Amino acid sequence: MLSSIIWTPLIFGLIGLLVPRRFVAWVAGLGSVVTLGLAIAVLIGWNSGGGMQYVTDVSWIPGLGIDYSLGVDGISIFLVLLTAAAWVPAVFFSATRGVEKSAGLYYLMLLAGETATLGAFLAQDLILFVLFFDLMIVPFYFLFGIWGKDRDGVKASAAVLKMIVFTLIGSLLMLVGAIAAGVIAADGGQLTFSIAEITAKGLPEGSQNWIFWFFAAAFLVKMPAFPLHGWMPDAYRAAPLPALAVFSAVLSKVGAYGFLRVVLPMLPDATELFQTTMLILAIAAIIYGSAMAFTKLDLRLILGFSSVAQLGFITAGIFALDDSGAQGAVLQMVNHGLVVVPAFLIVALIAERTGSEEIGSMGGLAKRAPVFAAIFLVVTMATLALPASANFIGEFYILNGIYGQSAALAIIASSGVALAAFYALRMYQRTMHNPLPEGADSREISLRDAVAVVPLVLCVVVLAFCPQLVLSGSEPAVENTVNVTLEGAK
Amino acid sequence: MIFNAPEIDYAGLSPVIAMTTGLVLVVLAAVFDPVKRFGPALALLTLAATAGLMIWQWDNPAELVAGQLRIDGLAITLSLLAVVSAAIAVLLSLGDPAEEQAGRSDYLALLLGSVLGMVILAQATNLISFFIGLELLSIPLYALCGTNMRRRESLESGLKYLIIGSLGSATLLYGMALLYGASGATGFNAIAEGLRSGDGMLSDSLTLVGVGLIAVGLAFKVSIAPFHQWTPDVYQGAPTPVTAFMAVATKAAAFAIFIRFFLVALEPLADQWDVMLAALAALSIVVGNVGALAQTSLKRMLGYSGIAQAGYMLAGIVVATQAGIDALVFYLGAYVAMNMAAFAALVAHERHTGFSDEIATLRGLGRSNPALAWPLTIAMLALSGLPPTVGFIGKLYLMQALIEADWTWLAVMIALGSMISLGYYLRVVATVWMSPEGESGESGRTKSPWFLVGPALLATAATIFFGVIPQPLVEFAQHAGNAITTLV
Repeated sequence: MLSSIIWTPLIFGLIGLLVPRRFVAWVAGLGSVVTLGLAIAVLIGWNSGGGMQYVTDVSWIPGLGIDYSLGVDGISIFLVLLTAAAWVPAVFFSATRGVEKSAGLYYLMLLAGETATLGAFLAQDLILFVLFFDLMIVPFYFLFGIWGKDRDGVKASAAVLKMIVFTLIGSLLMLVGAIAAGVIAADGGQLTFSIAEITAKGLPEGSQNWIFWFFAAAFLVKMPAFPLHGWMPDAYRAAPLPALAVFSAVLSKVGAYGFLRVVLPMLPDATELFQTTMLILAIAAIIYGSAMAFTKLDLRLILGFSSVAQLGFITAGIFALDDSGAQGAVLQMVNHGLVVVPAFLIVALIAERTGSEEIGSMGGLAKRAPVFAAIFLVVTMATLALPASANFIGEFYILNGIYGQSAALAIIASSGVALAAFYALRMYQRTMHNPLPEGADSREISLRDAVAVVPLVLCVVVLAFCPQLVLSGSEPAVENTVNVTLEGAK
Repeated sequence: MIFNAPEIDYAGLSPVIAMTTGLVLVVLAAVFDPVKRFGPALALLTLAATAGLMIWQWDNPAELVAGQLRIDGLAITLSLLAVVSAAIAVLLSLGDPAEEQAGRSDYLALLLGSVLGMVILAQATNLISFFIGLELLSIPLYALCGTNMRRRESLESGLKYLIIGSLGSATLLYGMALLYGASGATGFNAIAEGLRSGDGMLSDSLTLVGVGLIAVGLAFKVSIAPFHQWTPDVYQGAPTPVTAFMAVATKAAAFAIFIRFFLVALEPLADQWDVMLAALAALSIVVGNVGALAQTSLKRMLGYSGIAQAGYMLAGIVVATQAGIDALVFYLGAYVAMNMAAFAALVAHERHTGFSDEIATLRGLGRSNPALAWPLTIAMLALSGLPPTVGFIGKLYLMQALIEADWTWLAVMIALGSMISLGYYLRVVATVWMSPEGESGESGRTKSPWFLVGPALLATAATIFFGVIPQPLVEFAQHAGNAITTLV
C-alpha cells in the first residue's frame, strides 16, 4: 500500500514520456490525483493509537544490511497527506499555464520529486531515508535549472548549483552519520539500519554527539535554517513557481521531520546536550527570517524568509522536548505547507496581473477582484497566525512548550509572532490596496485558477476550526517520540 | 633420464589461452584481404570467449603454471570488468580515425594484447608474473595512445605515457628486487612467510623501502596522487576510445594486483602500509577533485575525476578487510558502468564537433541529441554519488567498510570529496540542459550510429539498474572478497 503511494507519481511521470504531447499534463494530473486518493485511503484505514502501521519490510541489499522498510505513524501520516495534497495544485497550475519546453520531462521531474518526498516520509530504514532524502533534490535541481529564469544577473544554473551543493554537503555527512549509527549500534553483531532497532539498541554517548551534528547539518540546510540558508534566495528567485510552491511547502518539512523521526529518539543524549544550542539557533532563525522578510520587496523572498522564520518555530517546538511543543511543531508543519502552496501560486497570479514580483511597484489589485483578495487575505492571516487560525494554535502549542524549558527564550520567540504580522500585512497591503499603478490589471481570479488554489485554502480554514484533526491524530506518536527521547537521555 | 613436465590445468588456463589465440588470429586476419574487415568481430568474439571461459571457471579456484598464476574469484571478477570495457572500447573505436590510421588489425591487436596483460596481471601470484603482466598491459597502451598519428596531441600523449610509465615500471622493479632481497622469495605466499619468519624483518628498512617503491610504481599505474601528473595530459591527448579503455580497464586490472599483492604478500606488514595508503588515498581525493574544478576539457576533467575515484577505491584496500575488498570491487564495477556511459557519449559527441572535447561544445545537447545527453547526465550524477545510481551505493559500500574498520575520518574524506566533485560534474549537466536557447551551436538534431549509442545506453541502464537493485553486483563483489579471505 505505502509502496504504491510512493511509486505511483513516478510511474505516471514515466507514462507521460510515452504519450503524445497534449496528453502529458492530463497523465501527470491523473498521477497526482491518484496519489492523493491513495493517501486518503491510507488515512481511512489508519488508527491513531496503532503505532507504526502499513508496515512493509523487505530485505533490499542483504549484503549491506539495508532493508526496504516503510511504515506510517501519527507523525508522518499528515505529512504524507500534505505532500499528496500539495502536488495536485502544483501539477494542475503548471498544466493550465503550459510548460514552455519539454513538457514530458517537466512533469516527470515534478512527479519524481513527489516520489522521493513521500519515500523520505515513509522510510523506516535509516539508509533508505537518506537515499530518498538525497533523491529529493535531484528533480528539483533540473526543475529549477531548466525551467527557471535568470534574474538580476544570477543565472538559474548557478543558483541551482549553489542549492544542490549546500544540500548535499549536509546529506553526504548525514550518510556517514547514518552508516556510523548502524555500525556502532550493531557492535559487531547483525548489522541493521532499522531506525526502531538502532533506537532500541542505543548508541554510546560519545558517538551520539558527532552523529547528531552530521544529521543536523543535513536537516538545517534543507529547511533552510539560519545560518545555513545561503542557497535559498537565489534558488527561490530562479525557480518556476509551481515547483517552488511544493518545494517550499513540503521539502523543507522533511528536515524538521527528520529531527523528530531520527535524531530525537536515536540520539537522546546528544539531543539533550545540544537542546539549548538548537533552541537558540531556532530562535535566531525566527528573528532573522522575520526581519529579512520585512525588508525584502520581492514576493518570493518575503515568503522564503517567512518560511525560515516558520521553520524556526517548528525546530524550536521540536527541541522543547515536550509533548506540547512537538505537537505544535507537527501541526505547524502541516499548516505552513498548506499556506505556502496557495501563497506561491497567488504570487504567480499577481505577477500575471502586474508583470512584476516586486511589491514596490504594485497595488490596488483588490479593486475589481474581491474573491481573489479574500483568498489572499485568508492566506495572509494564516501566515501571521491570527487567533482562530490553525497557525495560531500551532504557535501557541510551540511557545507553550518552549516556556516549559525557558521563559526568556519563549518571550523572545513570541516576538516572532508580532514580526510576522508586520511582514504579512505589509505584503497584503502593498499588493492589494493603494492605487492601482499603470499597466497593472485588477482582474478576478479565473475559475481554473480558483480550482487550483481554493481547495488548499479551504483546508486552511477547516484546520483553523478543527485543529484537533491533526492534534489528536498525531498525539500518541508524538508523545511516544518525546518519551523515548527523554527516557533515553536519562 | 625422465623429464617431468609440470602439471598444467588447461581448464584454469583456458581464458589466457583463448585470449592469446584470438590475438594471433586478429593479427593473421590482417594479412588476408577478404577477412580483414572482420577484425572487430573477431576481437569481440575473442573477448566473449574469454569472458565465457572465465564464467565457466567461476567456482574453480586453482593454481596455474607452477604457482605463477592463480585463477580465483578476484581474478575472474576483475578480468571480467576489464574484458567488458575492452569490448565496449572495440565498439567505440569503429570508424575512429585512430583505428583507421594505425591499421585496424594492428590497433585491435594492441588492444587485445593489453587485455591479455590485464588477465595475467589479475591472476599473478608471483613477482615475476606480476611484472610480466604489468608490462604486457602497459606497452601496447603506450602505442595505442599515439595511434592517431595525424594529431600532435596523440603522439605527445603516447610519448609522455611511455616515459612516465617506464619510470613507474622501473621504480616497481627496483622495489621488487629489494623485497626479494628482504624475504628471499618471489611467490606472494612465500614472501608473506619470509617476512613473518625473518627476525625483525617487518621493520627492516630494506623491506620498507621495497614496499614503498612498489606502492609508488602501482600508484603511477592507477594514477594515485602525487604520482598522477601524467593522467590529465595523456587522457586528453589519446584517442577517446583508448582513453575510455585506459581509464576503466587499467584501473580494474591494476587494483586486482594491488589487492592481491598488499593483502596476500604484504599482509604481515598491514599495520605499516595502511597509514601510508590512507594518506595517499586522502591526497588523491583532494588533488583529483580540486584539480577537476578548473578544467574546460571534458577528457581532462574525467582524468582528474579518475584520480579522485582512484582515491576512493584505494580506501577499500586501506581497511584490509573482506568488506573493504568487496566495496572496492563493487565500486570498480560501478566505475566501469559510469565511465563507459560518459565516454561512449563523449566519443559519439566528438564525431559531431570535429573531435573537440571542450565542455562548452555540449551546450544544448539535451535538445539536439537526447540519446547522448541522458547517458552523459546520468553518468555525471552517478560519479558524483547521487541516488538512484550505482555511484551512490558504491560510496555507501566503501563508507560502510571504512566505518566498520574504524577509519571514519577517511569516510568523511570521501563525503567531502563528493561535495567538491558536484562543482564540476554538475557543470557538465548544466551545460547540457540549462544553457539558454539561442546559444546552442548546432541547430537541429544530430544522430549517432548504433555502435556508439548502444554502449552508452547499455552502460547507463546498468548504472541505474544496479543503483536500484544492487544485490547482484554485491554478490559479484563478494565473490572477489571471498577469494582473498580464503587465501590469507
